[in-house]
Amino acid sequence: MKRRVPMLIVSITGFLLTIQYFSPHPASEMFYNNALDWLVIIGIFAMPLGIYSMVRIQFHKVIRRSTGWGYSVIALISLFTMLGLGYTDKCLENGTFFMKLFEYVYIPIQATMFSLLAFYIASAAYRAFRARNLLATIVLTSAVIVMLGRVPIGWAIHPLIPWLADWIMNNPNMAAQRAITIGLGLGAASTAMKIVLGIERSYMGME
Amino acid sequence: MDSNPWIWNTIAAFFTIGTFSFLYKDNPLYKIAESVVVGIAAGYFAVLLFWTSLRPKFWDMIVYEHKYWYVIPGLLGIMMYFRFSRKWGWLSRYPLALYIGIGSGIAIPLMLQTFVLRQLEATMLPIGFASFEGFSNLLVVLMVLAGLIYFFFSMEHKGVVGKTATFGIWVIMIGFGASFGYTVMARVSLLIGRIQFLLGTWLHLVD
Repeated sequence: MKRRVPMLIVSITGFLLTIQYFSPHPASEMFYNNALDWLVIIGIFAMPLGIYSMVRIQFHKVIRRSTGWGYSVIALISLFTMLGLGYTDKCLENGTFFMKLFEYVYIPIQATMFSLLAFYIASAAYRAFRARNLLATIVLTSAVIVMLGRVPIGWAIHPLIPWLADWIMNNPNMAAQRAITIGLGLGAASTAMKIVLGIERSYMGME
Repeated sequence: MDSNPWIWNTIAAFFTIGTFSFLYKDNPLYKIAESVVVGIAAGYFAVLLFWTSLRPKFWDMIVYEHKYWYVIPGLLGIMMYFRFSRKWGWLSRYPLALYIGIGSGIAIPLMLQTFVLRQLEATMLPIGFASFEGFSNLLVVLMVLAGLIYFFFSMEHKGVVGKTATFGIWVIMIGFGASFGYTVMARVSLLIGRIQFLLGTWLHLVD
């Protein structure tokens, strides 16, 4: 009852949803759409737990006056401001205060954080790509050609560089990504099959 | 404030500069930006999920469309919280089982279709030596096969298999280099975007 019934639920739902893929019958499609809705609903119910966890951690920091508790106050104010402004579905329309906070605070910070990686990625590349062996040299050469091919200086060095960069992106890079994707697909499908067949049970806390 | 773009751009510029200040060292301005983005992200996505998923897929289905069976995923979602009880913790396995069962059932055909069959289909290219394109296509086919053989560990990488696997790892390294170069350029592009925002949109120093 405590373990077997959940395992049976996994197997039956997994089997039915695999089968329905091959059936164009309206009942099959309705079953699929309902299952997707249920998946979303069950998943969303985990969201309050995340919010509660965040509030609890930040609140404890404030109460205990831990190092940097002021930043926790800022995080809590930001969170509750957004939750407060989101009391109506109209908040998601363009031009609302809620959306402006998203557009002029969240997006700039997020974009700047990602752009900071331009600096750190360069130093990481120096450490990782020093041409110590053949494979590192291949990575380095490929990366340099692609980077040069995307900027005007690449063309100024040699007109063939942008063409070579495009050729690398569309041929060896695509082939490598394709091999990885096929491997990934086979791995994911076989793991899902193991779950449906009850071979993989670690998600239930079982070996 | 609601409609004045300069005020909003100044707010965005403040957080952009605050985030960039991390390049010097970790400092209060960066930490403020970090705390704000955590709070705003959590609040925004909670509100977004509520209004775009939970409300239409759960509440509206029950209240307006009278599909009362949608109460079940709601109850299952609540059952996830039983995980915190020692006595009733096993009940949380039921929603988890349904979630994993639906997810696995959908994943098996979907992964095989999109990650394996579509990729194989796209590799069936017109090959030949008559044109450079045909030759490039031949290389793509060979490189995908070599990449796949590198990931195939059921055979020892010796002899022909070993040599093909070695060619496969070269291809994968070219792919990694190209992806890295592409990512660096994307980050640099973001950096240029932020600088253009600061000097153009905000300060009007450049067009």
